[in-house]
Amino acid sequence: MSSDVMAIQSADAAGRSWTEVLHEWVTTVDHKRLGVLYILYALFFLVIGGIEATIIRIQLMRPHNDFVSPQVFNRMFTMHGTTMIFFVAMPILFGFANYLVPLMIGARDMAFPRLNAFSFWLTAFGGLLLYFSFLGGSGLYGAGNAPDVGWWAYAPLASRAFSPGHSSDYWTIALLASGFGSIGTAINIIATIISMRCPGMKLSRMPLLAWLNLVMSGMVLLAITPLSAAQLMLLVDRYLGGHFFDTQAGGSATLWMHFFWIFGHPEVYVLIIPCFAFASEIIPVFSRKPIFGYPVMVGATVCIAFVSMSVWAHHMFTIGMNSYANSFFAITTMAVGVPTGIKIFNWLGTMWGGKIQFKTPMLFCMGFLFQFLIAGLTGIMLSAAPFNWQLSGSYFVVAHFHYVIVGGILFALFGAFYYWYPKITGRMLNEGLGKLHFWMFLIGFHLTFDLMHIPGLLGMPRRIYTYEPGRGWETLNLLVTIGAFIQGIATLVFVANLIISYFKGAKAGNDPWDAWTLEWSVSSPPPAYNFSSIPTVASRRPLWDLKHPEDPDSRYE
Amino acid sequence: MSAMRTPLADSLGAWRLPYRGKVGMASLIFAESAIFTIFVVAYLFYVGKSLTGPTPREVLETPIFYTICLLSSSLTIHFAGKFLERGKRGAFLSLWLLTIVLGGLFMYGTGQEWHRLIYEHGLTISTNLFGTTYYSLVGLHAFHVTIGLVMLCIVLIFGLAGRVGVEQSHRIDVLSLYWHFVDAVWVVVFTVVYIVGR
Repeated sequence: MSSDVMAIQSADAAGRSWTEVLHEWVTTVDHKRLGVLYILYALFFLVIGGIEATIIRIQLMRPHNDFVSPQVFNRMFTMHGTTMIFFVAMPILFGFANYLVPLMIGARDMAFPRLNAFSFWLTAFGGLLLYFSFLGGSGLYGAGNAPDVGWWAYAPLASRAFSPGHSSDYWTIALLASGFGSIGTAINIIATIISMRCPGMKLSRMPLLAWLNLVMSGMVLLAITPLSAAQLMLLVDRYLGGHFFDTQAGGSATLWMHFFWIFGHPEVYVLIIPCFAFASEIIPVFSRKPIFGYPVMVGATVCIAFVSMSVWAHHMFTIGMNSYANSFFAITTMAVGVPTGIKIFNWLGTMWGGKIQFKTPMLFCMGFLFQFLIAGLTGIMLSAAPFNWQLSGSYFVVAHFHYVIVGGILFALFGAFYYWYPKITGRMLNEGLGKLHFWMFLIGFHLTFDLMHIPGLLGMPRRIYTYEPGRGWETLNLLVTIGAFIQGIATLVFVANLIISYFKGAKAGNDPWDAWTLEWSVSSPPPAYNFSSIPTVASRRPLWDLKHPEDPDSRYE
Repeated sequence: MSAMRTPLADSLGAWRLPYRGKVGMASLIFAESAIFTIFVVAYLFYVGKSLTGPTPREVLETPIFYTICLLSSSLTIHFAGKFLERGKRGAFLSLWLLTIVLGGLFMYGTGQEWHRLIYEHGLTISTNLFGTTYYSLVGLHAFHVTIGLVMLCIVLIFGLAGRVGVEQSHRIDVLSLYWHFVDAVWVVVFTVVYIVGR
């Protein structure tokens, strides 16, 4: 039956001109197509953000380098940070959520398909607007000028006086647009999970991916909105002459920092929780064991969501808060480590005693597990206020959060690509290229980000465009840059694998990994309507029940 | 969680989930509350920190009549929904119209107050911190009322065309949820601006 469906689809596609196909993709409200659009869009910006990172690293490769001017350097780190967070990480995770959540809970689409399309296009135009600033940033006078105020645009740097022209406005409006897009998608994911589950899919039986995306979406509602509110205030300041962050009129620059970090820190968890979700789906399948401690995993995630809403000011220890505030934020920050640690033990518990298959998705998830642990540990170091006073604004911090974002989020994402690519395209990714990608990326990652901690400890501040020789930073910076290039080449291997396997990869079939969740019960790629008849589930692993009727999970729940 | 599983509980008939529109609107309200919280925090943070006048105590007048208008519109929309549920479309439409009139009166009150503040007291958004935070917070709320009024009017047009019946009543409930939220926010804004802030 599934091959019939595919044959009909491909025959349809062959009969259409490319304009019709394009029209179909642009006007689509199908959650799978929108998911793919989100992912492709994010991959495009991943390449752009990667190029910006490379420019930063070439500039810092040796002392007194003049590869780019200081002004361009400022634009590069601003655009790199903004792009990677808002136009790579968020859309790519939303893309996977869009694609997988309805399939995993046995629904035919999201709760609000048109809102889904609207949210995607808002995000997409936000990204275009941000990059249009290269052409239109200075308005009518002078050449192009991208935002250069850092990804957090601290006041009063982002005020009219210090950021003339329109570069900061492009930044503000781009983030506002993509922020509304994110809120729309989050509302959609919540409504889908609450209201669209197939019969028998009780909350206690939902795949962890759905659970974690539910928590993530709840956090988006609480975390993105303060940023949107702060952006509105910044616009009032810049366009209507308001004084929110204008210290000359009694306004407060610290208030902007608070508003920004009330968004900024939960945002990290918004990004990492879907990656926890990937790991929680991939690790059991390749350990051939059900997830260890399912209810505890859900509880720990909700716990992380709650605690992470009250840790934001650990980004601001150096502004001089009183000792009560410092202690509070140090303790809450350390407390987040507890539920996170529980999750790490649960993944280890899942692997313990399992028949582990070292396929590429599993390799990336294991890399994620250990690197995320180290990233968490440097996070605990930085949460101690006195230690933080020494190292805030240094390369140690840069190394720490890149360890989270690259070592944690990106590794789990690569794992997700290798795991679900067969479902999305119907073809397997090449395993040999996948392993090459994994090992090269692993080596490049550790060369870059392990070593980057050391110049930080030696006192190298972040955001400097160059440095004096003779401080012991030269060799380290050179090695860091070499590592960045290795990661770049590994990413090219990945992109090549995506393209080659799309045309030449082995046929995947419905269920190449012998997995247990509902998305593997339909053809690859799934038909537009997902399920010809809505499934009914009786346990957390419906496909296990189907494959092992003599010993179903439902007997033990 | 569920150690015991009865086949009856899993039968298709027993499987009911919340209406997605309500869940979506509840999520939107959750998100909007966070936006309003940030503006309220900014307002409270800057109370009494303006370097120049005018101050709230000098120029603000408590809009009691218009507040009563807005809050009672919550009642009218609630009963409008109830009438629709019972199929009484005439009563629904008249109460719906009354809701729009009450919301419109509130907007007129806000407009009048702003006109007075701007032309009599010279208070604009760029005058001082009070002006900046006041117009932003009250303006954000007024913006939400406006959006609500637009949606109410769309329903009214459909209703006059005879297109709103019992089968739409769960959708009407979603819209009235939003309207209740807008009213609840006004209670907070009113307390912050006209009671605490003075």
